[in-house]
Formats: sequence, structure tokens, C-alpha cells
Amino acid sequence: MKYVIVGYSVAAVNAITAIRESDKTGEITVISNEDRLYSRPLISYYLAGKLSKDKIGFTSTDFEKDMGVKVLYNTEAVKIETKSRHVEINNKKKLPYDRLLICSGGTPIKIPVDGLKDNLSGVFTFTKLADAKEIEKYIEKNKVKEAVILGGGLIGMKAAEALLGKKMKFKILDIADRLLANTFDREASAIIEEKLKENGCEFLKETTIKKVVSKAGKIEELVLSNGKKLKAKLLIMAVGVRPEVSLAKGTPIAVNRGIVVDARMETNVPGVFSAGDCAEGLEFLSGKGAVIAIWPTAAKQGKVAGHNMSGAKDVFGGSFAMNSVEILGVPSISFGITNPKEDGYEVVKKSGEGKYKKIVVKDNRLVGVILVNCIERAGIYGLLIKEKLDVLALKKELLTDDFGFLLLPTDFRKHFVTGEGTEV
Amino acid sequence: MKRIVINEEYCLGCRLCEVHCVTAHSKSKDIIKTFKSEGFKPLTDSCIAFEKCGYTTFALQCRHCHDAPCIEACLTSAMYKDKEATVLHDKDKCVGCWMCIMVCPFGVIKPDLKNKRVASKCDLCGDRETPACVEHCPNEAIKMKK
Repeated sequence: MKYVIVGYSVAAVNAITAIRESDKTGEITVISNEDRLYSRPLISYYLAGKLSKDKIGFTSTDFEKDMGVKVLYNTEAVKIETKSRHVEINNKKKLPYDRLLICSGGTPIKIPVDGLKDNLSGVFTFTKLADAKEIEKYIEKNKVKEAVILGGGLIGMKAAEALLGKKMKFKILDIADRLLANTFDREASAIIEEKLKENGCEFLKETTIKKVVSKAGKIEELVLSNGKKLKAKLLIMAVGVRPEVSLAKGTPIAVNRGIVVDARMETNVPGVFSAGDCAEGLEFLSGKGAVIAIWPTAAKQGKVAGHNMSGAKDVFGGSFAMNSVEILGVPSISFGITNPKEDGYEVVKKSGEGKYKKIVVKDNRLVGVILVNCIERAGIYGLLIKEKLDVLALKKELLTDDFGFLLLPTDFRKHFVTGEGTEV
Repeated sequence: MKRIVINEEYCLGCRLCEVHCVTAHSKSKDIIKTFKSEGFKPLTDSCIAFEKCGYTTFALQCRHCHDAPCIEACLTSAMYKDKEATVLHDKDKCVGCWMCIMVCPFGVIKPDLKNKRVASKCDLCGDRETPACVEHCPNEAIKMKK
């Protein structure tokens, strides 16, 4: 059996491990457009100076040897031929496959801004190690002390974490009225905004960039949507990521927002699988397909894809959005639907002493949680969402400081914690 | 394969499991020195999630899941499985991203928020024949799985 994997991050690593559980001899070739395997979320720790670049891996150093995989680094997959079953790479070479896994991840979204040119120096995205290295070099060379981050989402917060580690000041701009607009609400955001202020940084809500002013190819100043001007030597564009699906375009592989997969992580083309940030798998709460671009989902989907590619049977049970973000010593974890817009949801919350807990319930089932500064035992909330436990009589308990299994119904608790040591 | 099972009906809430868990993971392994000179706290530094509500109590450790979500979620491979399929944690690799805290359905991984790394996680007392919490439970509420 010949396996070809496009993209080399967490989904690929889990797929390889899963394939090798049953197929010890099949030929596995990985196409990576990077020069090494590393954990992308760790680039903020690298830029902050908390991890050296040889410490940002997430597998054993002998992973490739142990698994017997051939990795083509610095190689771009340019075309997939589903009929003749091969992938063409940038030196025109064709790699035949019996099973193909597309786990090409995401690409930073570029938004058109007046005056923003491609080769302008001082403007960066922040999703790859190369980005972090270039930002580091630029900061040193130009002695940058202040920065602007466009986008207060996950990547923006990651960039903020990194710059704080470098003792830099920055302003975060976002068109939304709060930080982490997809998961946080105003109260949760306010806790972090306050911290940012204490550290000489600032969040400018409902603000975007109207024009970029540059001089000699270098960024100088920003004109904001409110007309104000802002000096900026360094601009990090963190407006979001879109699924990298360009390889599948123009082939019979079905693409919606991401590459559409079934519960086995197989696309509509037999033998072609997809996983991770480029794949549109089952979203647990809606029961529909969605791209959930988070590490644990990519790991799980990669594993399921690997099993099915090698002939073992495995099913992806769906996942829902969840995130863990810590900034300025404020840890936060969120799950599911945290800001319901339609009717039919019930919200209960509790705040005080810098802590914030919010619970979102629909049809007596927990569907969303925000925890700021009180993340202990957070995973149990995730379990309740997954198990669709009836929480009608439990709403108050869910908000308590000593929340745990003893506050849950006896049969539910016992099923999970006692007896024969139930495993998930 | 070592595995621990618990039985809440037998738990007296004495919290000796926690005291002995911390001792077993201290430098001296001496119950007096652990808390007097090594600075450990018996009720917060253990690898056990102790719960109490009314007269019901129980002490829960890592279940060492077959398909461990904490390993899948770990950004650095600090969380890993050894040859005995025991889920272990490498503090040197941990960056404190709290992904494991987010995905552990039992809520038994404790964060050390100050030092930015997982504080404690049951290792089934690798160096001991019987885990300390099992050995010292006076009422067999914590037992080894046969």
C-alpha cells in the first residue's frame, strides 16, 4: 500500500501513528512545505523567548525513523490527479498513491487595505515558525518597542502573548466590540482588557485600518477607521485563517468551506482523506459539517483518517469549538456556543474577584462555557457537553467554585468515576 | 498493567491518600520531612482530585485512558504514554498551555498557574509496586484493578 500525506503537522503525525498500528510495511511519503516538523501553536513561546527553536517539536526526535516514513521537506504539492491517483510536486515528480491524506492546514487571511503592498517590510502574519523568525529579526534590526496587532482573535492573542514576552507594548485592533469575539463575551473580554491596560497595552474595539502609510518600503503610520493616526513600525495581521483547500479545487474532491469529509474522514473521492484545519468534519452541537481549526480536533481526525486508510475501522464522533488562552497570567478556557444569537438559549453567569464563569444551556443541555481565571477541572464541562447530560436541575451547581462530579447525578458520576475505572 | 479503581461507598473522606501521594512524590519520601521541610501541602499538591459533598466523598486519580485526550491535545508531547500504557507527564517539556486541563473529562490534571506547567498528574507511582494511595487507603476505597 502506498500512502501520500500532504502537509506535516499534528493531523499527519497522528495519521502516521494510526497507519503503523496495523500496516508496518506500507510506503508512507509526506510532503511538507516547511523545513522541519514543529508545533505551530508554540511559535508564540519561541518568539517570547520561552522556548528555543529546537524545543518546539511535538514528537520524539526519532519519529520519522521509528515510523519508517519518508518526508519531503521544502516541497510543495502542486496538483492532485484523482483518476490516475498521484500527487505532482514542485519538481514535476509524480508520487503515486493508494491512499491520500490532505492535511494542508490553514492560510492566514489577507484583507485588502489601502497602501498595503505585498512586499512592505514591517508587516507580518503569525502562523508559522518562519513568521516568528522574521518578526524577531525585524524587531532586533529596527529596535521596535511598540507594535500594532490587527485582529483580537486567537492568533492576535498568540501574537500579543509573544510580544509581552519580549517586553513590548502594543495596540490590538478589532472590528468586534471585544477580544476573542468568537468565544468571549464583553465581561470576559473586559477582564483581559483591564490587564492589557495595566501593562501599557490597549485594545481598540470596533476599529480597523483604513490606510497604511509607508516610506521607502517600510511601514510608518496607520490611518484608522475612526480617522485617527497611529505610528506603527510593526504590524501583525491576525485577522484569521482560512482552510487551505487550493489543492482540492479543480478536482472532483468536494469542497465547501473546507474539504468535505464523512465520519471516516474520507472525501467523496474514494481513497482520498482529509483531516485538520483544512477539513470540514462533523460539528457535534449542530450535527452539521464545519471546520474546527483546533489542535485536539486535528489530532483526533488524523488518527481516525489513519485508521481507515490502513483498513482498520474508526469513526470521528464530531467535535466542538474549544480554546485555552492565557494572557498576562489570566488563564481562560471556553467551550461550544458561548454567545448565542438566536432564542431558546439560557445563560447563567457568575463573576467577582477577577473570575468569570458563564454557562449556556439549550433544551436543558449544556452547550457553551466560558471560564476566566477559574480553569480548574474545566474538562468536566466538556464531558457534560459531549454526554448531553440533562442539566435542568444543575444550573446553579455548574457555577460553583468547587464544581466536580459529586454535584452531578449519581448514576452519571458512577458510570464515569467508580467501578471498573471507566475510560473514555 | 497497573490500574486504579475507586469505590465511593467505601471512602471515609480521611484524605490519607492525598497525604501519602504527596509523600511518595517528594524527595525524601518521608512523611514528616515532606510537609515540614520540603514545603509540600498535603491537600493541594497531590495527584488526586478529592471531592466532598455532604457525607459522600471520593478520591479520583487519572484514569490512564486508552485513547487519552490529554495526549492528543498536548502541544509539546509533554503528555505521553510509556510502554505500560501509563499516561505520564514530562514537566520539562510542559509550557502550561492548559490544553490537557481543557480536555481531561475527569478533571484530574492540576495546573500550576504560577510556574506555568502541569502541577500534578498521577503516574501510578511508577517506582512502587503498589501506588501509595492504594496502599494507604484504610478502607479499600482505592484499589488496584485485578
